[in-house]
Amino acid sequence: MACISPDGKPTVSGAKMLRALKAKAGSAEEVSQQAGLPLFRVRSGLRELAQAGLVSLKGEKYELSAKGSELADSLPA
Amino acid sequence: MEEVKEQLTSLPRLGQAAPPFEAVTTQGMIKLEDYKGSWLILFSHPADFTPVCTTEFIAFAEIYPELQKRGVELLGLSVDSVSSHIAWARNVEEKTKVKIPFPIIADLNKEVSTAYGMIHPGQSKTETVRCVFIIDDKQVIRTILYYPLTTGRNMDEILRIIDALQTTDANGVATPANWRPGDKVVIPPPNTQEMAEERLKEGYECVDWYLCQKKL
Repeated sequence: MACISPDGKPTVSGAKMLRALKAKAGSAEEVSQQAGLPLFRVRSGLRELAQAGLVSLKGEKYELSAKGSELADSLPA
Repeated sequence: MEEVKEQLTSLPRLGQAAPPFEAVTTQGMIKLEDYKGSWLILFSHPADFTPVCTTEFIAFAEIYPELQKRGVELLGLSVDSVSSHIAWARNVEEKTKVKIPFPIIADLNKEVSTAYGMIHPGQSKTETVRCVFIIDDKQVIRTILYYPLTTGRNMDEILRIIDALQTTDANGVATPANWRPGDKVVIPPPNTQEMAEERLKEGYECVDWYLCQKKL
């Protein structure tokens, strides 16, 4: 997985997306801007984070789940 | 024989929607639709750890910043495994200091290469030839280039095609032979006699009614 390592820890790009969503729920385009990652990476990564139960799509915006929030809170600033 | 026939009949065409895919890459699972809104250059190479392909990957990495300025992403493909791609990209970086910044599809089951007609049995029954598919932001195939196994691609031409296509889309014009950004563009030929007569009065630089150019 590109966003979550086999040991369950977020990769660098996964952590950028989680931090962006911790700051504010947003569309893939907004997460891409906030995280400084290409849009295709973010779309692919959000799909992966959703499959892992870390984010969910509400309308057109992605937001952290309780599990995702917990993981985002544990990330170094 | 049937497999070869299928590969030959499934060649995509210009102006068609690009065949959708979901593929394992060096940057995770990627779907074609992840690129909606961006232009995409999907290109195949015969094999990792081969000399011409290595020079091409370095060259693609070098033009990547220019492509990004134009809203274009790069996506490589070969029938090697993702581990092979990772090892090759790391080796290229170690030996040449060039980082491969774009994902590479590991098309082990040949699903994507078959859908895009990248295997040409006359060249190789197992490897992809050097294909370039330029796909626009609406996921329509705009250009297809095929190079044989022995000939490395020309990055200047790929950039030139992107500039030409984007100029055409933005201005409703065509581009003449050897066109470069800043050169005159071609006004699409008139469709009626009335338009042909009007064309000559419009102040364009015309050889005749069917060949008029202007500066943008």
